[in-house]
Amino acid sequence: MTGPAGRALLIEGLHKSFGSLEVLRGIDLTVAEHEVVCLIGASGSGKSTLLRCINLLEPVDAGRIVVGGEEITDPTIDVDRVRRRIGIVFQAFNLFPHMNVLSNVTLAPRKVLGKSRAEADDEAAALLSRFGLADKRLEYPDRLSGGQQQRVAIVRALAMRPDLLLLDEVTSALDPELVAEVLDVIRELATGGMTMVIATHEMGFARDIAHRIAFLDAGQILEQGPPAEILTSPKEPRTRQFLQRVIRAGRL
Amino acid sequence: MTARQRSVFVALVSTVLFFGAIGWVVVNSPNWAEVQREFLNPTVFANAIPGQLRGVWINIQIFLTAEVLILVLGLVIAVARSLPGPVLFPVRLLATIYTDVFRALPGILVITLLGFGVPALGLPGIPNDRFFWAVVALTLIYSAYVSEVYRAGIESVHPSQTAAARSLGLSHFQALRYVVVPQAVRRVIPPLLNDFIGLQKDSALVSILGVVEVFQAAKLRQQAIFNFTPYLVTALLFLLITIPLARLTDWLVARERRQRAATGGVR
Repeated sequence: MTGPAGRALLIEGLHKSFGSLEVLRGIDLTVAEHEVVCLIGASGSGKSTLLRCINLLEPVDAGRIVVGGEEITDPTIDVDRVRRRIGIVFQAFNLFPHMNVLSNVTLAPRKVLGKSRAEADDEAAALLSRFGLADKRLEYPDRLSGGQQQRVAIVRALAMRPDLLLLDEVTSALDPELVAEVLDVIRELATGGMTMVIATHEMGFARDIAHRIAFLDAGQILEQGPPAEILTSPKEPRTRQFLQRVIRAGRL
Repeated sequence: MTARQRSVFVALVSTVLFFGAIGWVVVNSPNWAEVQREFLNPTVFANAIPGQLRGVWINIQIFLTAEVLILVLGLVIAVARSLPGPVLFPVRLLATIYTDVFRALPGILVITLLGFGVPALGLPGIPNDRFFWAVVALTLIYSAYVSEVYRAGIESVHPSQTAAARSLGLSHFQALRYVVVPQAVRRVIPPLLNDFIGLQKDSALVSILGVVEVFQAAKLRQQAIFNFTPYLVTALLFLLITIPLARLTDWLVARERRQRAATGGVR
């Protein structure tokens, strides 16, 4: 665990509804710089929606989100500028199928940050080799395995040098034998001090990597704390129930 | 003889017999001589070819110029209809009205109004050239159709692609320009070619402005010599232009389907 550090993310009283369905019902969450927080909870508990709200991909109904001291829920804010600092990786990769790996990674640095092609290419090449994808530079996403595609998606987010990285169940769409290679990448990022909020069903992974685990239930954070505490001796009956189901499914 | 060779042979014989029988009935019908003189006169046919070629060159110039403008204007309108936010509502409304109006009006009416009506206003700086107005009218009509084709393509690109692009900090316009539109255009190439074929045929409508394009040229010759054979030259020229393009469209559709099948269908 990192020592005292600045606050990377602050969420206060966050509410979000889709029509009459209230998905987030008053979320409060703080994440320190270099901290890794894992969000766990059943499908539909609001993990993905919370991450999408932090990246302003979903407009929030009420509450505040502050990233690096700046209130990003301010309606007058430039959303494109905010999103440059917050990376997100999706469950379904969402790579651009009409571009090769290198173009996928360099598109935003070139078009958003205004880097030259040479500079963006060099940085992308360095990132791709760091994650074992150097030889896939010129491949198209369809020709890669799921694990490779997800690693490219992570590299694509990292190429913007985000202050905060959001990972939305990034291994849920992968075959079991491909999960490890993606988790290894995330582990390396955590070691490097990347601030991350990770929605995941991989409890073993969450236990290894998270500084803190937050359990979401019906749009609220029911309890949060160090992995050992939440995963072994949860206070809330709903958390215990959820973990028992997970254990029965063989995921812990 | 293998089973396959046998079935090819049977198909061949049956086709020859079938079309041979039709041909025999036609040629031996009592009025065949008149039909041949009026529609299939070899001398008239040969004499009509140079004039018809000059005419069809006008059509080619018209539809090629219009097609370039249509591909641009259609995309602009499709993008205008997809703009987000309440402030841009008037832009979306204008684009919607445009597509509704120009798909509703008969082409011949638009061509007449623009080709005869606008120059008749005698406004300063407004060109009087009929070729110019023919291109403008066809561009306005077909851009309405083509913008709907583009729009269908844009909407077929999954929203997660836009989400991924926007999450990287790309603006709405950048996400369209680099991520959505390139994928959309690839998907709608066959229907775009379809509309291009329609445009080629409708280039004959500008004959009402007195432009001596291929149809008008055939009409003038027919009226001069009282023989319909020149029209057959016109028909043949249109077939020669559009059928290869139709085959190309089929081939592109088939290739697209093969590629999707190779990657496991649904994506």
